[in-house]
Amino acid sequence: MAFTLVVNGTEQRVNVEPEKPLLYVLRDDLTLTGTKYGCGEGQCGACTVLVDGSPERSCRLPVSSAAGKKITTIEGLSHGEKLHPIQQAFLDVEAFQCAYCTSGMIVSAAALLERTPNPSDQQIISHMDGNICRCGVYARIIEAVHRAAAILGRAQNA
Amino acid sequence: MRNLPLDGELVEVPEAQDFELRQHDSILRLPHAFSFDRRGFFKVLGGGLLVCIAARHATSQESGAGAHRDHEPPKTLDSWLHIGENGEVTAFTGKVEVGQNARTSLAQQVAEELRVPLTSVRLIMGDTELTPYDMGTFGSRTTPQMGMQLRKVSASARAVLIQMAAERWSADASGLVVQEGKISDPKTNRTISYAELVHGQKLAKLIPDDPELTPASDWKVAGASAPKANGRDFVTGAHQYTTDVGLPGMLHGKVVRPSAFHAKLMSCDTSQAEKIPGVSVVHDGDFIGVSAMDVMTTGRASQAIRAQWDAPPQISDRELFDHLRKGASDENDNKEQFVLGSVEQSRAQASKTLQQTYTVAYIAHTPLEPRAAVAEWKDGKLTVWTGTQRPFAVKEELAQAFRLSPENVRVIVPDTGSAYGGKHTGEAAVEGARLAKAAGKPVKLIWSREEEFTWAYFRPAGVIDVSSGAKADGSIIFWEYDNFNSGPAAMRTPYEVANQRITFHPADAPLRQGSYRSLAAAANHFARESHMDELAHEFRMDPLEFRLKNLKNDRLRAVFQAAAEKFGWGKQKATPGIGFGLGGGFEKGGYIATCAEVSVQRGAVKVTRVVEAFDCGAVVNPQGLKNQIAGAVMQGLGGALFEAIRFENGRIVNPHLSEYRVPRFSDLPQIDVVLVDRKDQRSMGAGETPLTGIAPAVGNAIFAATGSRIRSLPLAPSGIPNKAS
Repeated sequence: MAFTLVVNGTEQRVNVEPEKPLLYVLRDDLTLTGTKYGCGEGQCGACTVLVDGSPERSCRLPVSSAAGKKITTIEGLSHGEKLHPIQQAFLDVEAFQCAYCTSGMIVSAAALLERTPNPSDQQIISHMDGNICRCGVYARIIEAVHRAAAILGRAQNA
Repeated sequence: MRNLPLDGELVEVPEAQDFELRQHDSILRLPHAFSFDRRGFFKVLGGGLLVCIAARHATSQESGAGAHRDHEPPKTLDSWLHIGENGEVTAFTGKVEVGQNARTSLAQQVAEELRVPLTSVRLIMGDTELTPYDMGTFGSRTTPQMGMQLRKVSASARAVLIQMAAERWSADASGLVVQEGKISDPKTNRTISYAELVHGQKLAKLIPDDPELTPASDWKVAGASAPKANGRDFVTGAHQYTTDVGLPGMLHGKVVRPSAFHAKLMSCDTSQAEKIPGVSVVHDGDFIGVSAMDVMTTGRASQAIRAQWDAPPQISDRELFDHLRKGASDENDNKEQFVLGSVEQSRAQASKTLQQTYTVAYIAHTPLEPRAAVAEWKDGKLTVWTGTQRPFAVKEELAQAFRLSPENVRVIVPDTGSAYGGKHTGEAAVEGARLAKAAGKPVKLIWSREEEFTWAYFRPAGVIDVSSGAKADGSIIFWEYDNFNSGPAAMRTPYEVANQRITFHPADAPLRQGSYRSLAAAANHFARESHMDELAHEFRMDPLEFRLKNLKNDRLRAVFQAAAEKFGWGKQKATPGIGFGLGGGFEKGGYIATCAEVSVQRGAVKVTRVVEAFDCGAVVNPQGLKNQIAGAVMQGLGGALFEAIRFENGRIVNPHLSEYRVPRFSDLPQIDVVLVDRKDQRSMGAGETPLTGIAPAVGNAIFAATGSRIRSLPLAPSGIPNKAS
């Protein structure tokens, strides 16, 4: 079946089975491999993408449910050389080790900052609790979210 | 029976590495070196200077188990370093990057000794065609061995370049100075860059490997925090892990797994799967797999296969510890044992004795990137991209599986989504290659999370008996220690005890088991440091005071004191529901002490604060090291509190992340890391030992908070029952 998706601002047509998870459409049909497979059960958050601005687990989302919607992946957060503040913050505080979870972490955090520009530790923890970092870099990820919030706040006040 | 070496010089003992392999890997293979055409290097990298060492020497240094090669003449030169005509420095190492940040820390050490900016150094890692033979990335050996190797190569290369400049200028080499990749002659004010020196050359230089090295106290690039190499690629999603590698015409594979461990295939009907267009089916012995253009078709095809399996009855986790004890091998050949004085004769001198048993469950590494491979056959040659810690061992595995000569197999390891000791083997590589061979096209195989939880191997479960006694003043007089199955790593006690008998008993293991970050050091630290806490309690002594009373090793004392000071140990008394605990020890050249604060409310355990002090000699990358230590605490917290593999009759009962709980954001305590930077000591690895202090620290803190002594890991998979003790 043919579906139209708006991925990172570009309209994409794919001809796939309706129940194919969005994760595999992104990775295999559109070669956007920044979004990762981690568990296939919506438990680890490595596959997180934004669907109409909301963080969704793309491994559990059939492509038919995403049709016509605006999808943002990790590749869509930066603009050319310019990183999204949350990407820059992850880089600045080195909020990763193996970094396999990083795409999902960054996309989840970007969604949080969109709704809650200056989140508390507790708000970050409850929003991000569905994202697993097996290397255990959680403290730095929280630091990175705060840092990104500060960068965004400065940009807004400027 | 073998006596184990153990002291501060452990890492210098060649058996240590051999020992680690024997302990956890049944796949130790003979290393082979095959000549590589160095003209190939210049083709890939352009002209310049290539720095080589006779391979025999290089590998025997790297590999303790490579002693059998010593009588062989060198067959080839290993190329370690290339200085390009543009000044770019490329270093080659068979080590791999799995999140431990070796790509960065090794580059720092190259930059330091070569006197070039860090930004001009890149590493080619874990490619069996380009990098010198390496036994594998494990045992915290990258820093002490590969770091040292690359420092020596780089320092020698610097001497070669200085000599080249001296010859060009007819100057005295000893009068030349070098910095930032430029050599200058202060007498004449002449300066030449490395790039200019090697321009237009295709020069391969054989170098000695015992140059004078820069002491850590003079380090400028090493010893300072450096950002992760290629960090930007990881925040933009651009980095290609094995799971992201794509080749033209590539298919997606899937393996049809047996119904249970040790199952035999009785019958197999693949006819329905074969009818699906574009599906390639393999049925070869007990191996069944499919591949197709997309994952949906692959999934349908695998489900269309009708396979009948016959599995023998197998034990469940409820019987595990009895089984390990009963299944222990009593043959002396298999035991690892250390004996000092006489436990029997000293028993009567003890004013108090204590005997307890500790257990640890099987746990899973759960690397977020599952085992995966992309395999391609081309002109009789097999190339496999795969996330493994042992690319050269996987190359051997592939050569053997497909009866290929090793020069026709290449294994490439992209920087990998973690491993933690869990990726020593090449299952996905072999399976992917088998599917690709059948399909006549490249195949990508990514294990599902359920496969990862089932068909990978586990951190060994174990039973540990400790029997001890101390004199009235609290000095320990005897220490008897028996570890069944979990492993001998760090089972020796660092405390001063005149009479010891410490034994590792291999046992009949019901599950496939292997390396796990820190090996058995986590289990042995848990048993020993819990027992130390119990002894301290028997003598009504403060646990820190009791340890220091029985401890002479200065470096271990120093980390205990550093952690205690930062934590404020002893300043606050435990109250019902709030407790403090500590644990520490020595392993793989690293000294560790961990203090933890826990809160237990209505049985629910929350670790609220952790201080960990660590000494691994001269620190190479402080920010990277702190990241490793805090991460190890966090990962160790899972095994300490709630991780356990449950199994029944050859099947894993909880093979999903919804059933196997790993630490999440909400489990995060405040973690303070104290680095004890010993610039006078050799740099040692830090990926593993920082994981070993947290379980006993938390167990001891739970006791302080509740009076319940828990002697099994995980400590509180479903909270603390009232007064378990």
